[in-house]
Amino acid sequence: MTAPTAPAAATREAYPVALSELVEQGIDVVALDADLSASTMGYQFGEKYPERWHSVGIAEANMVGIGAGYAATGKTAFIASFASFLPGRCFDQIRTSVAQPKGGLNVNCVASHGGVTVGEDGASAQAIEDLALMTSLIPFDVIVPADFESARQAIIAVGKTTRPSYVRTGRPKVAAIYDRSFRFEIGRANVLRPGSDVTLIACGILVGIALDAAAHLAADGISARVIDMATIKPIDRDAVLAAARETGAIVTAEEHQTHGGLGTQVARVLAETLPTPVAFVGVDRYGTSGKWDELLGYFELTPGRLSAAAKDVIARKR
Amino acid sequence: MPTTLAPVSVAELKDVAKRLRAHIVEMVYQAQSGHPGGSLSAVELGVSLFWNHLRCDPANPGWPDRDRFILSKGHATPFYYSLLAERGYFSTELLAKFRTLGSPLQGHPSMSAAPGIEMSSGSLGQGLSFAIGHALSGRLDRRDFRCWVMMGDGELNEGQVWEAAMAVPHFDLGDRIIAMVDRNGIQNDGFGDNIMKIHPPEMWRGFGWHVIECDGHDMAAVDQALSEAERPHEKPRVVVAYTVKGKGVSYMENNPSFHGKAPTKDQLAQALEEIAGGLK
Repeated sequence: MTAPTAPAAATREAYPVALSELVEQGIDVVALDADLSASTMGYQFGEKYPERWHSVGIAEANMVGIGAGYAATGKTAFIASFASFLPGRCFDQIRTSVAQPKGGLNVNCVASHGGVTVGEDGASAQAIEDLALMTSLIPFDVIVPADFESARQAIIAVGKTTRPSYVRTGRPKVAAIYDRSFRFEIGRANVLRPGSDVTLIACGILVGIALDAAAHLAADGISARVIDMATIKPIDRDAVLAAARETGAIVTAEEHQTHGGLGTQVARVLAETLPTPVAFVGVDRYGTSGKWDELLGYFELTPGRLSAAAKDVIARKR
Repeated sequence: MPTTLAPVSVAELKDVAKRLRAHIVEMVYQAQSGHPGGSLSAVELGVSLFWNHLRCDPANPGWPDRDRFILSKGHATPFYYSLLAERGYFSTELLAKFRTLGSPLQGHPSMSAAPGIEMSSGSLGQGLSFAIGHALSGRLDRRDFRCWVMMGDGELNEGQVWEAAMAVPHFDLGDRIIAMVDRNGIQNDGFGDNIMKIHPPEMWRGFGWHVIECDGHDMAAVDQALSEAERPHEKPRVVVAYTVKGKGVSYMENNPSFHGKAPTKDQLAQALEEIAGGLK
């Protein structure tokens, strides 16, 4: 693929853009925020379509219920907050009011400030459990886009299904990985770099870090495949199994606990079909303040750690 | 489109209430589980609503302009399912399947599992929020249906109720949402006053609502209270109905142990006899 020329942008900036595009395409979108719209960027949609957007105040549980009620009348509902509060403050409401009605109601949760790159706000604002919670809800699609363009397309894609979904966006501006020629599909992984010795499977901000790690590994003579596994659920089994067959070693990398997120989904596919050595890179402790890029270093979500994990897992190949 | 059956006489409504009470105790007896107390307390509210106030069409439960009845106190399914069956949403024969394997009539309501079930509930405190979504959608689409939300008084312990209570006047939804509280004074662990003492009328007023209080077992009074709630007012309306948990069955009345317990065979016979004899 051609190197994208788009400027660095935060994935959360894609949210209002995607919602507006959905409305322009005739989708009956309504959106809600819970007093964090300046951060989720939902307010920009509200400015454009005031009759389709409401702030419910600092009341995430109520927001979920309102979204479910909207969806019950046939609307395509979006609700937004920080990933630490959505689902953290309202998991039961999502489960009972959204997930359990037949097939799930069409409520799409777009949670910004995912992972630890929130920055200085510290541990309470750093979401490292949201993917575990949301992948446990049967009808939900769960997606963690890596850049603005994939986030824009992912949000449009979930707005066109009738299923509920969870899309995690991030706070910091990140380099573009895709250009407008990219076509996002729910449940389809993208191989960003070919490789034969090991596969780095990443989501969100770790995709760019995995690409850097692969470049480092190449300098050491190791051929690392890089897969953007934006859709955690339903996971692209074929891409995982091809990576296992063709490279024999897997590293998963995510801005989340290693329990219950991307790594867990990948490991399950492998355990069921083709047991393969896996190294899990993630965040298994609560955080601290710091600038977002300092935090990536603090939690060792770095090309260096991914490279080391790749070498370890290659050594475990039989 | 059919709407309400109004005006149905108080005498007729009382007959329906008796049938509902009989269904309730029979269902819970047959299932040997379920929640009779808070079902029996809600009967007059439900019957008055479904026969005289709710604009609905049981033959067309998805009618977009229908009024919504949202049972937020989801454990009151014996009441809810008998109400839907008696009003014609499905056969009363289905009531025998309550709480059985694979039945659409689960222990707590499962949205769309049977005609007329508007919302999945059972985890308390969520109905009013759900109603706000319906109501905002109705306003956006220029439809004038109303949402009637029934809550229990124990349920008012849940914080989400008050998130929603403050949002209804904020979004100016008073003509689209009417709340009802079944104030029976008993919750799962016992008397509400011992568990979490609350003052519903003051609380609702504090959140900007117009409170209409009534004797929840005086059918004429309930019917009047719901009529008052339908009339335009600068504030949203909540009907606080003072009720007796287990109403109509002497050994269940005001008895916390029948919040979620089934009667024995002898107790069922006694209950049916008392219900047939009518309310004291």
